[in-house]
Amino acid sequence: MSDIKGTENKSTVAKDSDEKRVGVFVCECGVNIGGVVNTKAVAEYIGTLPGVKVTSVNKFTCSDSGQADIQSKIKEYNLNRVVVAACSPKTHEPTFRACIEQMGLNQYFLEFVNIRDHCSWIHMWEKEKATEKAKDLIRMGVERSKLLEPLQASEVPVTDKALVVGAGVAGMQSALDLADMGFQVYLVEKEPSIGGRMARFDKVFPTNDCSICILGPKMVEVARNKNIKIMSYSEVKAVDGYVGNFNVKIEHKPRYLDVTKCTGCAKCSEVCPVEVPYDFNEGFGTRKAIYVPFPQAVPLRAVLDKENCINCKACAKACQSGAINYDMQPSYTDLNVGVIIGAVGFKTYDPEPRHDFGYGLYDNIITAMEFERLLNAAGPTGGHVVRPSDCKEPIRVGFVNCVGSRDKATNIYCSGVCCMYTIKNAQLLKEKRPETDHTIMYMDIRTPFRGYEESYNRSRNLGVKFLRGRPVEVKEDPVTKNIKVRVEDTLAGEIRNLEFDLMVLATGIVPNEGIGQIQQLLKLSKAADGLLMEAHPKLKPVDTTIDGVFLAGCASGPKDIPYAVSQGSACASRATILLKNKKAITEGITAVVNPDVCVGCQVCIPMCPFQAIKMDEKEGRANVVKALCKGCGTCVTACPTGALEQSHFKNAQILAQVKNVFRFQEVAV
Amino acid sequence: MSAEVAAEIPKGNGWEPNILAFCCNWCSYAGADLAGVSRFQYPPTVRILRVMCSSRVEPAFILKALKDGADGVLVAGCHIGDCHYIDGNKNAEIRINNTKKALAKLGLDGRLRLEWISASEGLRFSEVIRDFTEEIKKLGENPVKEVKK
Repeated sequence: MSDIKGTENKSTVAKDSDEKRVGVFVCECGVNIGGVVNTKAVAEYIGTLPGVKVTSVNKFTCSDSGQADIQSKIKEYNLNRVVVAACSPKTHEPTFRACIEQMGLNQYFLEFVNIRDHCSWIHMWEKEKATEKAKDLIRMGVERSKLLEPLQASEVPVTDKALVVGAGVAGMQSALDLADMGFQVYLVEKEPSIGGRMARFDKVFPTNDCSICILGPKMVEVARNKNIKIMSYSEVKAVDGYVGNFNVKIEHKPRYLDVTKCTGCAKCSEVCPVEVPYDFNEGFGTRKAIYVPFPQAVPLRAVLDKENCINCKACAKACQSGAINYDMQPSYTDLNVGVIIGAVGFKTYDPEPRHDFGYGLYDNIITAMEFERLLNAAGPTGGHVVRPSDCKEPIRVGFVNCVGSRDKATNIYCSGVCCMYTIKNAQLLKEKRPETDHTIMYMDIRTPFRGYEESYNRSRNLGVKFLRGRPVEVKEDPVTKNIKVRVEDTLAGEIRNLEFDLMVLATGIVPNEGIGQIQQLLKLSKAADGLLMEAHPKLKPVDTTIDGVFLAGCASGPKDIPYAVSQGSACASRATILLKNKKAITEGITAVVNPDVCVGCQVCIPMCPFQAIKMDEKEGRANVVKALCKGCGTCVTACPTGALEQSHFKNAQILAQVKNVFRFQEVAV
Repeated sequence: MSAEVAAEIPKGNGWEPNILAFCCNWCSYAGADLAGVSRFQYPPTVRILRVMCSSRVEPAFILKALKDGADGVLVAGCHIGDCHYIDGNKNAEIRINNTKKALAKLGLDGRLRLEWISASEGLRFSEVIRDFTEEIKKLGENPVKEVKK
């Protein structure tokens, strides 16, 4: 490590804190920077800038010795501003903020200059120009650093209660983990029963265990947990507030019966004369207008579907506990919670509108979810897979993968689970009826996790055929109603004409309506695929850009069950950091109103996407709610009087960079 | 050295413009980082200034840059719909388009550019810089800048 400038007589070091004493630390990052940029020349030049008291070149500034160098120079030269010229602030800004804070400097007195990603790495063969550019970039940083102001991250109290939206397997896991840690949890589910999509699956891959047999006990555990308040058949209607202090309005949809009286005996269903397609069975079979959602439902209570009710009042007569109430109105609960976990789930792609592979045109083409219900012993056929056209059990079954996935016309992403559930479905039917013949038409088979490849191998050993190719023509035999498929076997390089008794489409995972709702309510962002965005795809996979809001399950991208459960637990763990500490640190960078300049014109108020600016009617000026402000600065730009400033990105601070970016001489006039 | 890599090395002749790029912290700055990590070479004409959101860029910053030595100014933000601050980039779009109109009246047409570059578009970042550099080269030196290199 070499000091370029540091010959100043230390006894004359000014104690005046107004004097800006800048130390500049140039990192070589091994050869990443040092191999291109002449760091010594850079440091020499920077040392000549006014206010720069010391410059230092390190092989790795982020290393212990590099940080020790910064700390010793802060002491030695009484520095009050530190400029680090190294990699990206995304990599090491927190490192150096902590480093200078240890020496008693405000962490916002650090200026980070990127001379690696934005300089040495992209100008590898232009060493001189890269060196000049590094000088420019650091000069900008030095000038900005002199104008930096101390900031304090502020603390807000956190209500130690959690709201979990969506009671599928991911949401249930979050709720259970938080409740077991001792926190009060409100679990809101829009359906009459908790359980989510997993409750509808027959068996789950790769171990083929019965889905409801493993989910049911978990549902009961949720219901039994004293710290969990289940709010089924309810929806979030409004969210206000910020991390630690969310005010949430929940609407309880009327079940038209008193849940405290209902015993779930289903006597009402027995007498109800109305039959409608049973949504739980994907429309196969019927349910009554008053019904218990499914046998393992939690809470095990009936619900009256008013749209289909003919008001015959037979159910009221049949109900021995007098629970039925036809005049029930929606009711509301106001909650105050510290954190919100969104586990709003997904729906499967609907091939009906586009008639993908003939779905909706020909009877004997069904979706995998429909197949799942047919396979289920509690399903509409008692576990017998039959053809919709004639209720005969099929022998030749074709499966088409990637329907609504990996397709430019629908969704370009891979849903991740369809290969595995198709493999599982074929196995299950093959095991039930060995005489059946299965052909899976795929693009690629994707089996990335534990036990998945083994399950795939098992299918092959069972005799399931795998054909790489997508059907190009699907027709129905008008007499037999069999499905005739023309498909290119791309491995064999030949066209095959196949005939199936039943064809099953592996439909992908797509956003449901809940995603749009929660996105609006919580001000979350959506990705290009229509699913919700996490704060960072790798390092913050369950956080969102809204502090105190977390995401679990398929709402933030297709997932299998173990992944969704892991995310549920991850959310609980992330949320616990806030709930246990009972306080949240909010970003120091916010908009600030200068009350002497603000005229109360309110131009800024609609600019704020987070509703962080409120009008102080009494004083006639705008006020920034710090806990809500995300520090984007859009209001600052809009402010016509200059009363709003963005801390750490003040006009003067940005202009110092603008003015000093290009090295120049005044033109002689 | 492959032919493609060789072609990437600028010939280093003639005048090189000065470009100031305002990049939003979340998408474009990260896109520029990715260009670096991926070693996508682009001309050393650009200096990046980080702001939290493209909507923070005031027209005054752009005018000041053009006055103080920039031949071109790039404002880069997240794609519409991807803004970290929900719709800050929509505000940026309105402001930058208005500023462009004002600049056209000053004879500075083409010296201000607005681009959406995501954190995953390192290649696009380098292409935008390359393309904008060429465009500014065609326009020549900024006639109103009061100072010269």
